Amino acid sequence: MSATIMEATTTAKALEPMIMANAIRKNYGRLEVLKGIDLQVGRGEVVCLIGPSGSGKSTLLRCINHLETIDGGRMWVDGSVMGYDLKGTKLHEQSHARICRSRVEIGMVFQHFNLFPHMNVLENLIEAPRLVLKEKRSTATARALQLLDSVGLADKAKSFPRQLSGGQQQRVAIARALCMRPKVMLFDEPTSALDPELVGEVLKVMKDLAATGMTMVVVTHEMNFARDVADRVVFMADGHVVEQGPAKEVIGNPQHERTRAFLASVR
Amino acid sequence: MSIATERYKTAAAADDFSIVKARHPGRWISAAVIVFIGLLLLRSVVSNPNFGWATVGMYIRDVSIVRGIAITLELTAICMVIGIVLGVVLAVMRISANPVVRTASFAYISFFRGTPVLVQLLFWYNLAALYPSITLGIPGVDLDANAIITPLTAAILGLGLNQAAYMSEIVRAGILSVEHGQSEAAGALGINRLQTMRRVILPQAMRVIIPPTGNETIGMLKTTALVSVISVPELLYSAQIIYARNFETIPLLMVASIWYIVVTSILGVGQFYLERHYAKGGQRSLPPTPWQQLKRFVRVHDPLSAKGAKK
Repeated sequence: MSATIMEATTTAKALEPMIMANAIRKNYGRLEVLKGIDLQVGRGEVVCLIGPSGSGKSTLLRCINHLETIDGGRMWVDGSVMGYDLKGTKLHEQSHARICRSRVEIGMVFQHFNLFPHMNVLENLIEAPRLVLKEKRSTATARALQLLDSVGLADKAKSFPRQLSGGQQQRVAIARALCMRPKVMLFDEPTSALDPELVGEVLKVMKDLAATGMTMVVVTHEMNFARDVADRVVFMADGHVVEQGPAKEVIGNPQHERTRAFLASVR
Repeated sequence: MSIATERYKTAAAADDFSIVKARHPGRWISAAVIVFIGLLLLRSVVSNPNFGWATVGMYIRDVSIVRGIAITLELTAICMVIGIVLGVVLAVMRISANPVVRTASFAYISFFRGTPVLVQLLFWYNLAALYPSITLGIPGVDLDANAIITPLTAAILGLGLNQAAYMSEIVRAGILSVEHGQSEAAGALGINRLQTMRRVILPQAMRVIIPPTGNETIGMLKTTALVSVISVPELLYSAQIIYARNFETIPLLMVASIWYIVVTSILGVGQFYLERHYAKGGQRSLPPTPWQQLKRFVRVHDPLSAKGAKK
């Protein structure tokens, strides 16, 4: 399948799923957070997860790269089961080292940036490529500088995270994730910890990234971003997917009462 | 016109009011009491002939005393290195996912924290009574315990292994002080657990680990005095040998005490600057050095500003 056809329509994208969640269940003790989630994300698709807090959006996102283990169902990422080896009819739990290797393909951006405060920006970016991909310092540095430039922070390579604004830190975090050449990018409320005037610069970087054809799953409360950038919006509540569809339809013309109530409350 | 407005006007007109400093009579009284007690103490120290200051002067730089200091320092350094290295290992074991590993670390810490270090020292010193020959379970290895466990090795084992138990708790607190998001971020980047610990967690934990480790080092220096009971010729034992000969007990204990104070003070200064170094990036402004404090004191208490004069 050629790239042009793939990106032509959403249906074509959906034919080749990058992420496929089948009946995902997750409990914290007796609290059931995810109650059988089915979700597909196509190659190059941008999906926004929205919903009230405690609805399980972040948990679902963290199940995708196995930061959370799942208690039921299967999480497929790029054709293999995340965290398990499929041999015959049995799923063998993977070693932590193997899981780490699968995670290279999946970039993640956190609400609180989680940059390494004892390293400068450049060191933050080249740490994982050097340790995990065994890249040479010169190769990793060249790529890191290029990515910093693309998020508009070429002049901050030698700064320490504490010296940057929240928006700048989050852009560094995005560049750090991109250094590993991921196939999927996960965003866990990337703008929720930011001052309102800094939200725009981060969303712009994400919009640019979406335009390059990156597969993205974004947990967000930014309805404008969801409407403008997402191919599909998934509304979750109480551990279920309540409603999903093209962004403009779900946000513009919600079908379910829960969705309507939620959208009314965030507006 | 209201009273308030009137006052503002007066205040604006007389911008050069002089400031009368608040008086603190309580401070003067307490200072006087303390100085008085201090003088009493000083008088008794100077006038009491039993202190034997002449004898103190005679032995303060005695060859065996200086050799004792060298052994004290050496013992402190070796035991702290053992304590820190083993302490990091125990701390990592303590937070392992493997319950057996975790329990082993817990058992070690309970044992070494739960028994007095003096008992441990005597135990190691008398190890030959328990295991006359050390085979380590390896065929062909048969070592004479009496030959290996000299007083010095017993001291190193006793103090080092005991210290490891305390250091592991300090290191563990340091590791736990690093935000969970850090290891998550490293994990999401595909960095494995060992690398995460070495490159991400431990460097950040240092800020929490360093200050108590400085305290432990100073504590260790003093604890080495305990090994005098197993006749290691460190500072205290060297002093004891001399007063066993000439019966000048108090003056030689003064000699030892003076040296302990001198060395711990030097270590204390080192600790201050080490802490200051690791505070970088954690605090906006570093704590002032004594020299900076002195300069500030002089600046604030300069005679002009004390009278409220303008500069």
